[in-house]
Amino acid sequence: MERTEADLIAAVLRGDAASFEPLVQKYSPRVFATARRYARRESEVEDIAQEVWLKAFEKLNSFRGEAPFEHWLMRLTVRTCYDFLRGHQRNRESAFSDLTRPETDWLERFVTQPDTAAEIADAAKLLVGRVLEKLSPPARLVITLLEIEDRSVREIAQLTGWSVPLVKVRAFRARAEMRKILMTMATEKYL
Amino acid sequence: MNIAELQKKLLIAARAEVPDDRVPYAFEKRVMALLASRPVADKWVLWTRRLWQAAASSAAIALLLGAWVFLNSTVSSNSTDLAQNFENTLLASVDQSDQAQ
Repeated sequence: MERTEADLIAAVLRGDAASFEPLVQKYSPRVFATARRYARRESEVEDIAQEVWLKAFEKLNSFRGEAPFEHWLMRLTVRTCYDFLRGHQRNRESAFSDLTRPETDWLERFVTQPDTAAEIADAAKLLVGRVLEKLSPPARLVITLLEIEDRSVREIAQLTGWSVPLVKVRAFRARAEMRKILMTMATEKYL
Repeated sequence: MNIAELQKKLLIAARAEVPDDRVPYAFEKRVMALLASRPVADKWVLWTRRLWQAAASSAAIALLLGAWVFLNSTVSSNSTDLAQNFENTLLASVDQSDQAQ
């Protein structure tokens, strides 16, 4: 008979560490998908995922079982990703002068004929990745959760541990920061 | 360039990019091996370590206090007594009148 999540967690808390493995197996895809939103290199993604699971094992006694385990784990994952962003701020220093040919072409198409510059183009995806990398850690986190993953302010507050007003303030600042980066990019490329 | 429109388009592009949820081969085995290789936090070891730390800091505090008390007593034995000073000042006029007579 397959053991439930609650059984597995209770077993781990009793000292049966092996019961942790099915949890790692079940939820790792979600942890990896989340980590890949914030880290580009695969080695960094693996480091984040590993860190998340080590923390989850250490802090498992703080899981009260009131909410699903997945929610608790996602909070831990988002916070670990945020720590990663804060520790890797040097990535923000790259310039827009090193845009690839397709990225430049996409931008030029946007300038001349905005309607023909498709959002689904690979170049647009690469370009937005570059822009996101230039954002400060709180701005990047809030833009990702609010604008890209389409989460509510309340959900973001729960995931990050920030208050609802703080999320709103950071969202406002993040949008402004993103616009400023786009302005810089436009100035660097076209002035 | 319309920055607001560019921002909108780029955010749509980001939304269209669904992150890969692929997990490296045997990742869970690696996590379990890491957990197994971590030193087990024995509460007696932690307690002993804290006792030694407390003993060291207590010894340092005792030494500092001893030095302070020693220095203080040396200084106060060399200096004139405050009560004596006060008495001399208070009775200075009486002393002067005694000397004049």
